[in-house]
Amino acid sequence: MIRHLATAAIVLAALSAAPACAERLIVSVSNHRVTITPNYAGEELVLFGSVERDDTAAPPPPYDLVVTISGPPADFVTRRKEREFGIWANADSRQFLQVPSYLAIFANRAFDAITTPDLQRSLKLGLDHIVLTQRVGTDYADVVADDPFRRAFIRLRSEHGLYRQNTAAVTFLTPTLFRTTIPLPAEVPTGDYDVKIKLLSRGAFVTATSTSFEVVKVGFEQFVATSAHQRALLYGLTIVAMALTTGWLASVVFRRD
Amino acid sequence: MQIYLPIADLPVNMFLILAMGMAVGFVSGMFGVGGGFLMTPLLIFVGISPAVAVASVSSHIAASSLTGALSYWRRRAIDPALALVLLSGGIVGTALGVGLFTLLRSLGQLDLTIAVSYVALLSTVGGLMLWEGIGALRHARRGLPPKPRRSGSHGWIHGLPLKMRFKRSKMYLSVIPVVVIGLVIGFVGAVMGIGGAFLLIPMMIYILRVPTSTTIGTAQTLTLATMTMATLMHAVTNHQVDAVLALILMIGGVTGAQFGARAGQRIRGEQLRLLLGLLILSVGVRFAVELAIQPQELFTIRETGTTP
Repeated sequence: MIRHLATAAIVLAALSAAPACAERLIVSVSNHRVTITPNYAGEELVLFGSVERDDTAAPPPPYDLVVTISGPPADFVTRRKEREFGIWANADSRQFLQVPSYLAIFANRAFDAITTPDLQRSLKLGLDHIVLTQRVGTDYADVVADDPFRRAFIRLRSEHGLYRQNTAAVTFLTPTLFRTTIPLPAEVPTGDYDVKIKLLSRGAFVTATSTSFEVVKVGFEQFVATSAHQRALLYGLTIVAMALTTGWLASVVFRRD
Repeated sequence: MQIYLPIADLPVNMFLILAMGMAVGFVSGMFGVGGGFLMTPLLIFVGISPAVAVASVSSHIAASSLTGALSYWRRRAIDPALALVLLSGGIVGTALGVGLFTLLRSLGQLDLTIAVSYVALLSTVGGLMLWEGIGALRHARRGLPPKPRRSGSHGWIHGLPLKMRFKRSKMYLSVIPVVVIGLVIGFVGAVMGIGGAFLLIPMMIYILRVPTSTTIGTAQTLTLATMTMATLMHAVTNHQVDAVLALILMIGGVTGAQFGARAGQRIRGEQLRLLLGLLILSVGVRFAVELAIQPQELFTIRETGTTP
């Protein structure tokens, strides 16, 4: 709700600030509810939208678009191995607090071509500018972009397709009509996903909007996951019963004497 | 065919997991061990998190050890009294092991402890079995009869008090070493996430001098009991037992175990021990290499919690 109000506020602000050339973003995701079924092995969503302009007489200015998709936040520990007494053991570690479990940042061209480094930082364009809160001692802060733990974290998440950045993923079909695909890997975390779309033109921020979708387990998957957590003892007993039945059945089926 | 695992949260190839279950089941049926020391590393290699792997493997071992135990029971090759005394130590050992497991995990050194214990235990046990197996083979090749069991060389173990008669095994033995061995197996099993039969069987044969006829059956009965408890404990405390993964592993495991048991009967005892020694030693060496060589990826990520 707050998110929608914020979006509305941004849109209103944009409208009131420059009513002559006000732009609005209309976006939609192809599927607002991704369901995980037994044969789920990754999926691709399509995000499409258009820039609505009040001033239809003048030709549209060149637009740039940055789409940020962030999955449900989670805590992570990144550990670094070091050689001690001839063996490689976990030595140093960092905690990442409430960072997106899935993060994709797509744009229609390189961030440096879209806008200035200052604006890239304040609008959080690109993986280098996203806030990844770390616990450093008793402090909570994000560190510089080339911190080894931060880079390792992004690299390892990227290897699983959970963090990605592509500055050629957004395509403008017409000067005001755009689309991009949102790839969800097989190991996609379940929960609410937030999609933020930022419109820029000639290096300046124009407007932003957001939408969302959810990834949920349904049917059998959801049943198993919830019983494992909410009815743990019963679930455990069921597994034990299943094991004993399988074992007993095998001894009956394969009995030779 | 891809199938989604609801607790591990990732899709896996069903036939790959089934094949792994069968292969490990074959080995476990052949040697009369649970195979946890093979299955857990294999699952981690496929990408399943260690917590889910350890928890789900315990139910797989429970299933295959019941199949084994039932067939040994029919052949009257289980000593119930011995199994009960072992189990009494095993319960205490498991509780102590779970305590240490929790402590080490909070210190962030659980993975290292598991790896080092794997290296130390598997290399020692595997090396000893290999050595003994080679010795027995050379002995047999020279045409000498196998060394007879010397009934007089019982040593201090048999001088301990609290003696008890184990009818099926035809033994008159103090319960103290039996309880201690049960305790050690329970402890090691809980810390390392294995059934521990590959440790228990040599201990029963060489320390307690249990006759071979009742050793494997009794060991499987103990494994059945401890792994059933472990499954339940993992389900209640960690919520990490994956029902779908467990079921695929069980089906593969019990099927493979049947063929393994048949293959095992065609191989001579000392060759069987030699092979098992080789297998255990190679897993130990693999862990040792992993610890000693600089890993390609120095960093690891672990999720510690989701949205509150």
